[in-house]
Amino acid sequence: MDAAVFIVSAVVVLTGAAGVLVARNPVHAALFLVQTLFGVAVLFVLQDATFLAAVQVIVYAGAVVILFLFVIMLLGVDRAEDLGIEPIAGQRSVAAIVGASMLGLLLTVLLVGVDGPTGARGANAALGGAEDNTRRLGEALFTDHVFAVELTALLLTVAVVGAVVLARRVRGPLQPMPVVTVASATGSDDASATGSDEATATGDDPAAEADDEGEAG
Amino acid sequence: MSAVTTLAGMGDRAVLAADPLLRGDIDLGIVGIVVLKVVVAFALLLVSVMLMIWFERKLVADMHNRIGPAVAGPFGILQTLADGIKLFFKEDLIPDRSDRAVFKLAPYLSLVPAFLVFAIVPIGGDFSGDGTVTWFGERTYLQVADPPVGVLFFLALSSIAVYGVMLAGWSSGSKYPLLGSVRASAQMISYEAALGLAIATVFLTSGSLSTHDIVATQVEGNWNVLATGVVPFLVFLVAGTAELNRPPFDLVEAEQELVGGFHTEYSSLRFALFFLAEFMNVITMSAIAVTLFLGGPSGPILTDTLGWVWPILWFSVKVFAFLFGFVWLRATLPRFRYDQLMDLGWKVLIPLSLGWFLLIAAMRVADAEGWPVAPVVVVGLAGMTLGAVLLSGAVAKARAERLADLDATEGVDA
Repeated sequence: MDAAVFIVSAVVVLTGAAGVLVARNPVHAALFLVQTLFGVAVLFVLQDATFLAAVQVIVYAGAVVILFLFVIMLLGVDRAEDLGIEPIAGQRSVAAIVGASMLGLLLTVLLVGVDGPTGARGANAALGGAEDNTRRLGEALFTDHVFAVELTALLLTVAVVGAVVLARRVRGPLQPMPVVTVASATGSDDASATGSDEATATGDDPAAEADDEGEAG
Repeated sequence: MSAVTTLAGMGDRAVLAADPLLRGDIDLGIVGIVVLKVVVAFALLLVSVMLMIWFERKLVADMHNRIGPAVAGPFGILQTLADGIKLFFKEDLIPDRSDRAVFKLAPYLSLVPAFLVFAIVPIGGDFSGDGTVTWFGERTYLQVADPPVGVLFFLALSSIAVYGVMLAGWSSGSKYPLLGSVRASAQMISYEAALGLAIATVFLTSGSLSTHDIVATQVEGNWNVLATGVVPFLVFLVAGTAELNRPPFDLVEAEQELVGGFHTEYSSLRFALFFLAEFMNVITMSAIAVTLFLGGPSGPILTDTLGWVWPILWFSVKVFAFLFGFVWLRATLPRFRYDQLMDLGWKVLIPLSLGWFLLIAAMRVADAEGWPVAPVVVVGLAGMTLGAVLLSGAVAKARAERLADLDATEGVDA
């Protein structure tokens, strides 16, 4: 029974992962990612880590991928991209090397490792079994690891505040004339292609740039 | 036979073993009971959706001084069935510019979570004892499943339901559905936070995530609605209504602005699936509210013979009260404006439920440490009031600056 569930969810995980790589449409790729996350959640349940399974679905499928989809939809990049061009030079060969070495590392651990790392229900049994899983996890997080938890919370707060600061419209004395803003907004679109006069004229005005950012955010 | 013996070996697995039915050996009879429970829950939900749609139309008609559906069956009670048959035989249109695979997938992503949530709702059982009923000589919970993460399962599924709405709008390849789905997903994600925080206070008072345990801590009228101090219940109701995209939060399908919202391009059976999911969600949300705050099926058992009927009756009465309330809201309140909706969610409900959660947590600590409760509550409420004043001050200042900024810009433009 365990083996059957494992095989089915492993197939779900792997086909999802392959789909993320193969899909040409970003929305389809995001959906395949959700499929993978679901498969992993089932694997968590199989390991008696029910709380992790629930959080996996709530946080990753319910929030993170939804935000991906939001960005994809709002930016309108939901058409198939031309994959012939590498966005960053040398990216693919580096990715291939890193991927191959990760696979090698994984296989080494699997084949050479003293205790096979699979089927580690023991990891959760140490926490007192699934019935108590959530309680024990909470106790561990808020007693032994409370510093790390607080630090993570602080990090997230800093990230949120930082995002707001970066996206916020600059006002007051720094505010440029609206006419300039419009010129830079239209100019920056074709600035990369032609380097038009407006763009060069306003390009060194930090306030105007910040204003652009604000509207985009 | 080998499958059955492996199942029996899993009997002590904690994932399954909360329900006494699944403790020890599992034979074919027990598998049969589980299948029976699944089928009953499925059929019950479908029939109640049918009745709910009829009830809503009839009640809204009464409130509008109309007659409402009156032709099909006595009091028009078969109207939904007739509508379903009509939808079934309509032409199934798929827009030319749609993303076909996703377009076909989306209705199921709405419908399946709506069905699954009902699996964790205890709809009966004698909670003055251990909340079980005896069927065919086996003791069992009157719910399909009681996972140890219980209510988190509900939250996980409600976050999956967002996908149905979002992808339906996107895959239609048309702008009104896309606008509707962006609105819908923003709204559902925003209110999920407030919903989760309101539910978290229930975890504090009940000390468990499992729906069965949450009901078991609310016996003899010790309902969570009072134990958590009413506020989380109200937050849950508002956030739940928004999560359901019910009026007054139905901006998702605001006809005057968006034609039909995310399901504009859907017709025939696929539209019927969205419709079904929407009403099913109303019922499951009511059932979850009853389970979390109003003691679920617990209530006095008045007769010895057929004693198991009473909890089911209490549960139905409570759920029915919620359903009436939802219809009443729809008939009474005008729709929110979009910015009002976001303001209510982010600037009122989330801070309020977060503050209340901290207050309840402080009371629990005071209880455990033996401190007097009254000063803790007073200090906590004072802190919340201070926070509310600061927050509303900051919001008011930001608004004033924004308006001043707007005026200045307009002046230059003119």
